[in-house]
Parts: sequence; C-alpha cells; structure tokens
Amino acid sequence: MGRLLVQRFSLALVVLALVSLIVFVMVELLPGDAATAYLGRNATPEGLARVRVTLGLDRPAPERFLTWTGGLLRGDLGISLARQEPINGFLWMRLRNSLLLGIIAALVGFPLAIGLGIVAGLTRDRLPDLLLSTISLIGMSLPEFVTATLLIYFFSIKLRLFPAVTLVNPDAPLSELLPNIVLPTLTLIIVLTAYILRVVRTSIIEVIRSDYIRTARSKGLASLWVILRHALPNALLPTLTIAALTIAWLIGGLFVIESVFNYPGIGTLLLTAIHDRDLPLVQSIAVVMALIYVVANLGADLLTLMLNPRLRSPRTVG
Amino acid sequence: MLTAISISLTATKQVAKQPGQSPLWDIWLGLRRSPSGMVGLCIVLLHICLAVAAPYVVPYDPVEFDTDAIRAAPSAEHLFGTDKLGRDVLTRTLLGGRIALLVTIVGTGLAITWGGLLGITLAYVAGIVDELVMRLVDAILALPRLLILLLIASLFGTDTGVLILGLGFLFGVAVIRIARATTLDFVARDFVLAAYAMGAPRRTIIFRELLPNALDILLVEGALRWSWMLLAFSALSFLGFGVAPPTPDWGLMIANSRDILALAPWATFFPIAAISTLIIGVNLLAGALAKAIGLDRGGGVRV
Repeated sequence: MGRLLVQRFSLALVVLALVSLIVFVMVELLPGDAATAYLGRNATPEGLARVRVTLGLDRPAPERFLTWTGGLLRGDLGISLARQEPINGFLWMRLRNSLLLGIIAALVGFPLAIGLGIVAGLTRDRLPDLLLSTISLIGMSLPEFVTATLLIYFFSIKLRLFPAVTLVNPDAPLSELLPNIVLPTLTLIIVLTAYILRVVRTSIIEVIRSDYIRTARSKGLASLWVILRHALPNALLPTLTIAALTIAWLIGGLFVIESVFNYPGIGTLLLTAIHDRDLPLVQSIAVVMALIYVVANLGADLLTLMLNPRLRSPRTVG
Repeated sequence: MLTAISISLTATKQVAKQPGQSPLWDIWLGLRRSPSGMVGLCIVLLHICLAVAAPYVVPYDPVEFDTDAIRAAPSAEHLFGTDKLGRDVLTRTLLGGRIALLVTIVGTGLAITWGGLLGITLAYVAGIVDELVMRLVDAILALPRLLILLLIASLFGTDTGVLILGLGFLFGVAVIRIARATTLDFVARDFVLAAYAMGAPRRTIIFRELLPNALDILLVEGALRWSWMLLAFSALSFLGFGVAPPTPDWGLMIANSRDILALAPWATFFPIAAISTLIIGVNLLAGALAKAIGLDRGGGVRV
C-alpha cells in the first residue's frame, strides 16, 4: 500500500513536470514573444530589445524555463503582460468563481447521476430505464453551448427567472454572485449527469449479473438490502475513477459555458489571455488547470485504493 | 517442427477470431439487430447525404443579404426564416454541416490510424519507450483538450487543414491508451508468440497479428471519438477559433444569432437542431457498435 502510494504520487509529479514543459514549449512556439505582444504595433527594434532585457527574454529558453518553474514552485506565477500586475493578484479570485460553479455542479450532479443511474440499471430495458437513457443520450449529445443557449431561451427569455449574462465583478462577494450561477451550474449539471448516469447504469447491470449477487439473493437476503450492501459499493468504484477523469473535460466545458454566460471565471480569463497574447497568463492558467486535474485523479486513485480491499492486498501491489 | 508451429498458429488464430467470418462482418450483423443503431446509422447517412447534396439544392446564396427580409420569420419564401443580416437560414443550415463533417470524419480517421498504430506498437515493444511515451500521453491528457486546441489555433491559424491535423493529433493521443490496453490483453497469446518464434519481422507481427485483433475495438473507439470531435469542433467554431465568419457553419451560426434569440429564435434553433441530431445519431451508432462487440461501456469516458 505504501509503495503504491509513493508510486502514484511520483507519477503525478512526473506528469505535472511534463505538463509545464509542454505548455512552455507550446507558448514558446507562438509567433512573436512576450515583448512583441507587450509593445504591439508601436514596437521599434530598440524598444523590443529593451523590453526583452526587462522581461528577461534575452536569456536562453532552458534558463527561462527553469526560472519560470522555479517561480511556480514558490507559488509565484509571474506578471501578466496585459494587466501589468502580478498574476497571483487576480487569478485566484477567478479560480474561486470557477470552482464555485464546478463544486456546486458536482455536489448536485454526482448524487443525482448515481441515483438515476441505479434506477436505470435496476429497471433495465423497462420504461424508467428507456426514459432515463434517452434523456441522458440527448444530454451528452448536445454541445455545452447549445444546452446553455436553450436554458437561456426558456429561463431568461421566456420565464425571466435568471439573468442570461453575468454582470458582476470577478471579486464580488459570493452573495452577489449566486443568482448568476444558476444557469451556468445547471448547464454543467446536465452534461455531467448525462455522462455519469450511463456509467453507473452499466456498472449496476454488470454487478447484479455477477455470481456474488446471485449468491446473496439465493441466501434469501432482501432485494433492497442486497443492492445497498453488496451491489452498490462495487458498482460505484469504477464511477469514482471516471468521475475524476471527467474533471478534465469539466474544466474544458467551463471555457464554453463561462463564455456563453460571460461568467468571470478562469475559462473566460484564459480566452481573454489568448486573445491578448498574454503569454505568462496563458502558461499560468494551463498549469493551474492541469494541477487541478492531476490532484483530482490522485485523490480518486487513493479513494479507490481505500475502498477496494482487492487492490489493497500486498500480493497485487507487486 | 516448423509444421507443428504453423498448425498451432492457425489453431490459435481461430480461437482469437470467429471462424470463417471477418470481425467487421460480425459487427455489421450485430448492428443490424439493434434498432437504435440502425436509427443512428440512418440519421448519420442522411446528414452526410444532405451535406454532399447541399450546394446543388439550396434555394439561396449563403452569403447573400436580403435587406428587405432581416430577421424574417419562417415563411413560404424563407422556410427557416432569415438571420440578422437577412441571410436564408435554410440555406446556411444545409451548408453548415459540410466543414464540420469533413473535418471530423477525416480527423477521426487520422486519430484512429496514428493513435491505434502507436498504441499497438507500444504494447508490443513495451519497456522504457512505452513508459516514456505513456507519461507524455498522461501529461497531454491532463491538459483540458480545448486549451490545447485553442493554442494550436493561435499557433497555426484556423485553416481546414490545421483543424483536421489538430483534432486528429489530439484525439489520437487518447486512442493510444485504448489501443495499448486492448493489445496488452492478447499480446502474449500463443499466436503472437508463434509468429515471433517463426522469425516474423516486427512489422508483420504488428500489422498481421495484432492489428486485426484490435480492429473492432478501434472501430467502436472511432465512432465514440467522432461524436466527441464533433462536440469539440462545434465548441471551437462557437468560440470563434474554427471556421472563418462568412462560411456557413452551425457553431458559428449559433454564436452569431444568440444575441437575437428573443427576436428571431429560428436563426438559432435550426442550426441547433442540425448539430444535435447529427451528434445524437453518431452516439446511437457508437452505442450499438459497442454492444455489437460486447463492450457496453454505457457511453464511455471522455478521455
């Protein structure tokens, strides 16, 4: 168990190091550098050279990479070119806003998806399952911006219940933000539930077909008890891993959803940064997003290990 | 000695495959038994036919402005109404799928080919190369897909070729993992060992022994990737990193007509209906294919 933990943990570190290298190289490849992005059209050769020295761009790429990652390790993300202020000063508020969306969506979406997935799995090929499976198929087939647009049409334009766009400052207090997050969160919940529901349904169907459930049933145990005590824990294990993997596209979906609702999160910040060619900001956001993904997966791995006795035994650890 | 090996080779090969029939034929038989799969196939074929026929049947010029009919509601003259510039929505919706279908079909083919071959090869060669490439794959998959696509778009522009290569590259990375895991299941089976023992070169083993056995999984994988690539492509055009503006494209049409959603909902709804039915069709097809090869993953994981 201990060895496995160390292994998983060091793998996560390797992945993070590679991510920062990939991001650095990709941004390095972008035409022009931070100095041209900074000076824009008014750039003179002398001006460019001066800015390059101030920004440290005259030094070789490997050295700059080490300086940058060194800063990352100390929690220093550098300075935004477009805003002329430390990235640390505004990035975390944006991240808080995005996490607010994501966490509320996960808190509502996961239990909902698990509950509905169990219902669908237990009523396989009968009416409730057909209904739920169809709805979830539609939910996962619609692009996020389509779902969002349809929600805006019904809830903002027809029913006038919630605002269609967010018009608050990024650092507004939570109370001011809350009415604005209803529709973006709902979009995220729909997409999330559609996917997880199908995963839960499949693993429930697999589990109730298995020998040990048949054994439990033939021992005369009540159906509901068999499901709660024996089927559910085993069916939920794969869901956990998949839930962590969905974090990656959850974050990806955030770009689009935030952009539709003009929500002041990390997704819209990244779109602005790419538009402004604010390279240090692009790099920072990419690394922060990858960090969230890696930590979520590590967490799911550890949780799976703790919950699954078969993976805990020393023999399989090898 | 040699005959003994070749006899065992054919014997184990028959275990690995269904006797007498190609695996693709079996998949087709399975697909035909699934009503939802046939519905999906029909939807997809209808979309492809419409996209191919569109230039010859559309009633208007897709970029022609009709200043007398701006935001006109659906009527006999404009069946789907017009958008905020007075362009015919029916014409633009019919033409709007062409680039999406072209990019995602070629892109999916590309992704499955390079990701599949590399994944199979990695499973066979194993060792340090396998380890290194897989860590790189992990790292790329740890970044949000859209972020990489946006960087590629700002790096190389948004030509159709760039979009195909970018999507094909990125989706292929995820295929590597699947193809490798699939191949690991049978890479140590007798028929592979026999081919190796007979001195078959690496290329022959990969193409003749491993690839045919991974083909059905790759096909299902391709259908799933296709639906996700359509989602990614439409998100890119919606965000303005896809097709350039005057070209009719569903994602772009939705993005441009969203601000007149209250006044002229038809300009948004018809492209929404088009893209949604296409992706629903692809998903139905993918689900039925997965079932046909006994791999019901319930829609799969978007990795």
